[in-house]
Order: sequence, then C-alpha cells, then structure tokens
Amino acid sequence: MTARERVAGTVANYVDERTGAAKWMRKNLQKVFPDHWSFMLGEIALYSFVILLLSGTFLSFWFDPSMQHVTYKGSYQPLKDVEMSAAYASALHISFDIRGGLLMRQIHHWAALIFMAAIVVHLMRVFFTGAFRKPREFNWILGIALLTLGIVEGFLGYSLPDDLLSGTGVRIAHAIIQSIPVVGTYLSFFAFGGAFPGYVFIPRIYIVHVLLIPGIFLALITVHLMLVWYQKHTQYPGPGRTEKNVVGYPLMPVYMAKAGGFFFIVFGITAFLGAVASINPIWLYGPYTPGQISAGSQPDWYMGWLDGLVRMAPPLETYLFGYTVSWNILLPGLIIPGIIFTGMALYPFIESWMTGDKREHHILDRPRNVPNRTALGVMSLTFMIVALINGGNDLIATHFDLTINQIMWFSRIGIIVLPPLAFVITKRICLSLQRADREAVLHGKETGRLVMLPHGEYIEVHEELSPEKKYALTQHEQPKAIALVVEDNQGVLNPKGFKAKLQARFSAANAENIAKPTASEIKEIESGHH
Amino acid sequence: MKFISKYRRHKFATPLLLLFALFGVGLTFSVASATQAPTTVDAAARSTLIAEGQQIFLKGCSSCHGLNGEGAAVGPSLIGVGAASVDFQVATGRMPMQDMSQQAMRKAPVYNEEEVAALAAYVASLAPGPRAYTNEEIKWERDGNTADGGELFRNNCAMCHNFAGQGGALTQGKYAPSVMGVEAKHIYEAMITGPQAMPVFSDKIITPQEKLSIIKWIKAAENEPNLGGAPLGRVGPVTEGLLVWTFGLGLLIAIAVWLTAKAR
Repeated sequence: MTARERVAGTVANYVDERTGAAKWMRKNLQKVFPDHWSFMLGEIALYSFVILLLSGTFLSFWFDPSMQHVTYKGSYQPLKDVEMSAAYASALHISFDIRGGLLMRQIHHWAALIFMAAIVVHLMRVFFTGAFRKPREFNWILGIALLTLGIVEGFLGYSLPDDLLSGTGVRIAHAIIQSIPVVGTYLSFFAFGGAFPGYVFIPRIYIVHVLLIPGIFLALITVHLMLVWYQKHTQYPGPGRTEKNVVGYPLMPVYMAKAGGFFFIVFGITAFLGAVASINPIWLYGPYTPGQISAGSQPDWYMGWLDGLVRMAPPLETYLFGYTVSWNILLPGLIIPGIIFTGMALYPFIESWMTGDKREHHILDRPRNVPNRTALGVMSLTFMIVALINGGNDLIATHFDLTINQIMWFSRIGIIVLPPLAFVITKRICLSLQRADREAVLHGKETGRLVMLPHGEYIEVHEELSPEKKYALTQHEQPKAIALVVEDNQGVLNPKGFKAKLQARFSAANAENIAKPTASEIKEIESGHH
Repeated sequence: MKFISKYRRHKFATPLLLLFALFGVGLTFSVASATQAPTTVDAAARSTLIAEGQQIFLKGCSSCHGLNGEGAAVGPSLIGVGAASVDFQVATGRMPMQDMSQQAMRKAPVYNEEEVAALAAYVASLAPGPRAYTNEEIKWERDGNTADGGELFRNNCAMCHNFAGQGGALTQGKYAPSVMGVEAKHIYEAMITGPQAMPVFSDKIITPQEKLSIIKWIKAAENEPNLGGAPLGRVGPVTEGLLVWTFGLGLLIAIAVWLTAKAR
C-alpha cells in the first residue's frame, strides 16, 4: 500500500464512519448502464443546461433588467447618444465593456440553441424506440414539460436584451395573449402592467428567466434523472438482454469517464461556436421602439414553427357578441400548439389504449417493428418541418429566388397534405424493412458471389446471419389486433360501442406487420437447402 | 475722419461695430466656403449630349419605354423621372433589364459613365425631374451622423432592407436589395426617386441632412468588423438555427457515436 493509498483510505474511512456512505456508494457506483450513442442525447441537453447556468450567472452580474430610459454612452460608437432602455444598454455594456462578456453572451445563446435541439433529438429517440411505455409514462410527461419550459425559457431570454428583434418577439407574444377571447385584453394588461410595452415587462420576465424557470428546471431534471435511475435504463434488444436485466457498463469507472469527458466536449463545442460564430448581434439590431421593425425578424429555431404557423394562417376573424375573435392568431398561436403538446404528453396512454398493451417494457422497439408509431412520429415531424420552413419564408424567398406567396401556399397546402403522405410512405418503408429483415433471417445476406455447381446450375451464395443477429431481428413480438365485440354471447350490445369500434380499428392498423420468421421456418431452412 | 472719432463713444457705436464685424465674418465665411456655382454648360454642348443620349435611348431603351420615353405595355413612362432615376437605374446595372422578372436586379452596368450621363441628359430634357448627383456632392462623411442615421434607418428602411441593410423579401417575388457596397450617390438617388417597389423619401420626410446620416450609417455598417465572429449573413436567427442543427448537434452526435463505438 503506497502512502497515497493509505491517505485516501483514511479519508474515505473517516467519511464513511460518519455518513455510512460506503454501502450506498458501492451499490450505486456499480449501477450498470447500457451503451449506445442514442442514449447520450439527453446528456447533451443536461450538459448544455449546466453551461447555461454557469454562463447565465456570469451575465447576471452586469445585466440590468430595467426599462428606464437612458442615453447610451458606452464604447460602441454607432449607437452613441441613442436613447434606449437600461436593459439594452447593459446588454451592450456586457458585449463591449466587460472582459469576455460578448463571448459569454454568445456561449449562453449557443448553449440555449443546443439545449433545445438536444431535447428534441432525445425526445425523438425516446418516441421512436417506445421508451415511453409503461412504466416510464410519467418520465415522458416530465420530458414534455421540460421541452415546453425550455421553449418558454428560451423565448424569455431572447426577449430580455430589449433590442429591436426581442421587442418584436414580445410584441407578437403580446398579440397572442390578446387573441384569447374575452379575457385576452385583461391578461395582456396584467402581464404588461398596462399598455404595451410599459415599464414592468423586462423586470418581470427577468425574474422568471433567472429564478423561477431555472428552479423548476432543476427540480424536474432531478426527478427526471432519479426516475431513470430508479426504473433502470431501457436497452436495445440483443442476446442476453431481457426485460429483467440491464446489459452494459458500470457507472464507475466507465460511465464516469465517458460522461465526464462528454461534458467537456459539449462545453468545448459550445465555447468554440461562441468564439467563432456571431449569434444575436444586438448592437446591429438597435434598441426596441414599438414603431420600428426589421425585415426577416424571426424567433430562435425552437419557436420558428410557431412563427411559421402564424405566418401561414389565413386572415380569419369573427365578431361575436361585441368581441372580435382573431382566429388568425388564436388558431396558430394557441389552439394548434395546445393540441400538439397535449397530444404529445398523452401519447403513452393513447398508444397503450390503442394496442391494449398494459405490460411493462424495458426492451426498446426497433422503429421498423412498430410501423404505426414510427409513421405517426414522422407525420408529426413533417408537420413541424413544414411550419418551420414557413417560419423562414422571407429568407428562403430571397436566397432561393422564390416568392413569399409561393412558399406560403406551399406551406398552407403542404401542412395538410404532406403529413398524411409522410405517414403512408413511412409505414410502407417500415414494412419493407421488415420484409428485408425476414429475408435476411431466412436466406442470409446476399454475397454477390455466383457459383456454378458441377451439374451446371448457377447459385448465388448467401451468407447466413450469426445467431446473435438472428435473435436481434426476431426477438420482438408482433401485436395482435383486438377483436371487436359487438355483442356478447348473451346478445347484449357492447356498452363501449363507438369506443370499442375505434379501438379495434386502431389496433388493427397497429397490428399490420410482415409476419416475422417463425422458429419452425428457420429450422426448416437450416436443415433444408443450401 | 472727425466723424468716426466724434461718435466713437456714442451708445450705438458698439452694437453697430459688432454688427459690422459679424457681417464681415459672415461674408468672409460665405465667400470662403461657397461651393462652386454649377457651371452653366454651353448650350451647344448640352444639346449634343442630349442628342447622343437620344441615340443610346433609341437603341437600348425604346423597345420597352417607347420611342419618346412615353412608356409602353412593358416599360413605364420616363417623362418626368429625371436624371436621378436614370443615373440610379442604369449606373447600378438595373436597366436595361436582364429579363422580365418581377424586379430589375443590380448587376454590372451595361453603359459607361459618359453614356449614362448622356442618357440622363436626354431623359431630363423630356420633362423636369430630380437631377443626378455625383459622389463628391454627397458629403456624408462630413455632414452625416452615424447614430442619427441608425435611428432613421431603423425607422424608415429596416422593415424592408433588414436591420443590417442586408435586404429582405417583399410580396410576389419583389424584394428589397442589400444596401451594402452601393455608391453614396446611388443610395441618395434611390431615396429621392423611389425605384421599383421602394417609396419616395422626399426632402420633407427625410431632409437632405438626414439622408446623409442614413448613408453614413450604411457605410458604417458596411465597414463594421464582425465583432461576434462569423456574421452568418447578418440575417438573424434562421442561419443560427441552421448552424446549430448541422455543425453543433451534428458534431455532438458524431462524438456520441464515437464514444460508444465498440473497440474492434
């Protein structure tokens, strides 16, 4: 035992005698996690969140969340003596007169964009592999809550510097609040403390941005991770992997090293972006005044789809009982996002109802083996991407020599036509991939090698798959459609009536699969020809 | 000279002297700083210029704008548009149009300076209109104020030309072009003539002094170093989002794949 080991042992013993941590530590440090790149997407989000907390704290040392009028006297000459809010002036001060301030601002903003992007790809992984199924429904809902909060938090951060672009965003948020029938006007007065823009909005959203939402974030992320810990991580199918075990590496030392290193990589890439690529150059936008606007005003990407929906909304308004209902804002700004996010949060329950599957699942699905869900996911993504494209319609128009009107009509028609099309195409592709899997299991891989047999027959040599691979391709079970019970054997009508019909319909669609090779088919092939 | 010494203590003497002194200073200043009076071009030379311009017009422009600049089905009338319009449209290469698209785009000019001047003289001779300017006349460096220009630009120009003058889209394929790298006189002429989809900013709406400030701000934006790193086109969050999804997340996912790759 070296001197160093002796010292470490003494310290560890000292701590253990007082806290009893050793037992707990041994149990948890040996916890096994499965290894796959797609399980690290959530980590990117987690690390970006840490970067956001650190860089945000730095910025808060100098940011002055006040809408007081000041005259700019800082070192950026093109805005010399321009009237602006104290918030904007202090954001300029951070950018130009604080050492490393601009770098920190840019790191903070890039980290926010990476944070949201990582949340979305993580969500896609969880969705397409069916990781949200029992017992993880609550964690899925927590994830949706984190996504929603992230959008709000990002938007508030985008609004804080009070430059021309952020003011424009706040103005649109104001319009969306006002579009709520009957109470909209009152709500907007409540939020803005009077007429737009007022003097209270920036201080209010500042405290929400730096205290309230980060606090909720911290709590929700903790619960999110504790549930992963407690419920164990899901794993991809493979030999030796069952619903009752987890195959992978222990947390200590393998995952500590990988995850710790990955944190620094995420930090490094964020810092690199912050150092070399300009983001939100507020000094170019100028201070916000309600009378001004810039061409090409867009929100950050995670709100771009919302902006795209508003941009494509037809000018619909109704006048009811003395109130104007602005469907053109209400529909794309609140109703459609509301339906999307509620549907997303409830999806685990919807799917379990549709398939009638109430069992626990710890082995992930390969997306092709659940064509209906995969197609539904691609359908939703298509909807979002069409909306996102329309959010940048003006820049697409100028950069690709198109007209805004063409893009708008493409989006208006595309957002209705393309998602169902994407559903059908994706489902067909999944079924084709299932066919390919079946073919590979039964007949092996085509080698492209032609052999002439002694009697003159040509055959192509097929290379048989390894047993492990065969297992991975055939281990899943294929759902059966729920039989529709119209009346029971006593001749009594099913009280669920329409609901039962709907469920039977959905489960039939869900059960549409290419029959996977059965054990007897494989045996026959193995003993038979070749 | 008794007259001067007699009244030298009169109560009006000092104010009167002050008045004379002020008048003298003013006179000297106005003589010293007077711009050269526009040289009256010899009438004969002028008519030659107009005749030359007419020849160019008949060859290059009349098929759309009519033989006498009266306009036709595809080209508007040029009567009264003035030399400023010609100088802007032709010297920036917008006219003659390359094709019949929604809007004439900026390109390498077809005619040289003398030809543009001749064309401008011809069109100006059809009816009075705003005159053309030279870059020397537009003293934006001396008379403009960058910060004021920024305010004016954001109030009047940014809604079409974008916050950094990078241009933007209008309806039906029309667009506000980028104002980067445009000669000062052309920016000035664009403001007074309102070419294509652009409105006219008359001297009552934006004074000549303010126009110079706008030009000064545009030039400042043009020469401003990219303080935050790669500018990404200075078009706002769209390119930022594109970079995050391609470079940022693309690289991170590639690294995640590398980290979890099995050693072979």
